Amino acid sequence: MNRPLLLILLTALVALLFAGSLVAGKIWVPPSVWFTGDPRWWIVAELRLPRAILGLAIGAALGLTGAVLQGYLRNPLADPAVVGVSSSAALGAVAAIVVFAANAPLVIFGAAMLAACGSMLLLAGLAWRADSQVAFILAGTVLASLAGALTAFLISIAPNPFATAEIIDWIMGALTDRSFAEVQLASPFIAIGCALLLFTGRALDALTLGEAAARSLGVRLARTQLLIVLGAGLAVGASVAVTGVVGFVGLIVPHLLRPLTGAKPSALLLPSALGGAVLVLAADSLVRLGPGAAEIRLGVAMALLGTPFFFLLLLKMRRSAWS
Amino acid sequence: MELSVSDLAVSLGNRRVLSHVTAAFQPGRVTAILGANGSGKSTLVKTLAGLLDADAGHVKLGTRHIARIEPRERARLIGYLPQDPIVHWNLAVRDLVALGRLPHRSPFAGASQDDAMAIGAALAATDTHALADRGADQLSGGERARVLLARVLAGEPQWLLADEPLASLDPVHQLGLLDQLRALAATGMGVVIVLHDLIQAARAADDVLLLKAGEVVAFGPASQALAHQPLRDAFGVEVMIVPDEQGRLLPVPIGRTR
Repeated sequence: MNRPLLLILLTALVALLFAGSLVAGKIWVPPSVWFTGDPRWWIVAELRLPRAILGLAIGAALGLTGAVLQGYLRNPLADPAVVGVSSSAALGAVAAIVVFAANAPLVIFGAAMLAACGSMLLLAGLAWRADSQVAFILAGTVLASLAGALTAFLISIAPNPFATAEIIDWIMGALTDRSFAEVQLASPFIAIGCALLLFTGRALDALTLGEAAARSLGVRLARTQLLIVLGAGLAVGASVAVTGVVGFVGLIVPHLLRPLTGAKPSALLLPSALGGAVLVLAADSLVRLGPGAAEIRLGVAMALLGTPFFFLLLLKMRRSAWS
Repeated sequence: MELSVSDLAVSLGNRRVLSHVTAAFQPGRVTAILGANGSGKSTLVKTLAGLLDADAGHVKLGTRHIARIEPRERARLIGYLPQDPIVHWNLAVRDLVALGRLPHRSPFAGASQDDAMAIGAALAATDTHALADRGADQLSGGERARVLLARVLAGEPQWLLADEPLASLDPVHQLGLLDQLRALAATGMGVVIVLHDLIQAARAADDVLLLKAGEVVAFGPASQALAHQPLRDAFGVEVMIVPDEQGRLLPVPIGRTR
């Protein structure tokens, strides 16, 4: 598909879903009452606007990180979970809840970012100078396992059932009740992380030919790795720190867009950021529309909606391979 | 500019792969590197390309140490064709060949007029114009080899280093590729190729470097290096020297050295 057209379409879709995210919910708030004294406007201004901004930001962060990691690892199965940053950020947040009995967003965010940055530095240290994707995957997987085990340990020693409930609630991932405080906390990190990741396009293209050929084309693999570790750490770390773990976006979005952008990894980056925002905004609007007072958790909904969709996609791919 | 190595030693992990290698490769000539499996041919080519660090000795391009040339500038001077013809994503041939222009482009810059001309010239030189819109997955082995060569040529390097470019090609494509490399050398490009076949080396190479266990057994004009004694030393094989229709002397292996 023509690239400018695709970008315009995706941007329009993001704008549409962003507006939709302000309108949709248990109480519908039509645009006609926006910026008026109508009490429903405050639902938009105080609850839905920060939520929509966060949905856009974390969707973009997860989609872009997924596209970068698939390009870097030359593996269509890679997603942000591979580098272990999501699990580490989750570990940080859980530690704050259990050890410091924290429930203030700032403390939980700080702990999650600290853990994400710590795991990032560890990852850089473990894979440093190896210049190799295998070392990178191994280091990331080990970090993810360690973070998972420590999180499970912390849950098991949680002082009371309320803390356990809070942890599980948090881990499931949601944009519910997020305020501008969270937007202010997370957006700078997500913006810097995404900017760093966008600088990897050339290296990702060169890596299509393998590591030796990429280096022969003047690509500094150690620097690329550092950009990815920092970018993914900041963008995904900050996302997880405010919403909990939202899976699937980084895996599925690059897959959906690759047939439209062509296989060149750099061509997939910007569309994946926009596509991630589209997916999260759409899913977050949908979860509000379910029956009953409670919402389905965004992380849960993403997996529930994403899995059958992904299977259909796989089936289609296999059919086209057979024919 | 001459590409030279002097008293080079290179290790992979803890294993010393090359020792005391000294040689000067000349532009405008095809130099073949030959040796038994594990003799250090690929390591030598990678070191020449600046992709591996030397334990001792140095690699120079003209008077400049290769290790001190900034990677992008080095990439513009030296084109490297790896042994495995890997293409990880199903890129269109034109995009694949355009990757050769990466060292010439600044980040986020689109393709310039120069890029388009170089890509067109590389497609023409390798006779791959007709494949330009095809995906990499739809290429045969021979087509893929030509396209990957076009990728290197698109970078307009002064040196072309190719690691076993004939592997997985049938005889017709082998001969075609060798003719192409000779034509490139005739334009002044320095060509260094790793080969396995003694006869192909005798046909295509001006100079030959024979390696055994990481050390140089012989380096010089093909007719001298591909003679009985050096081949006995490097491979442990006896050869029969047979002239071809153009009078070139081809070493045909006839048995192991007793």
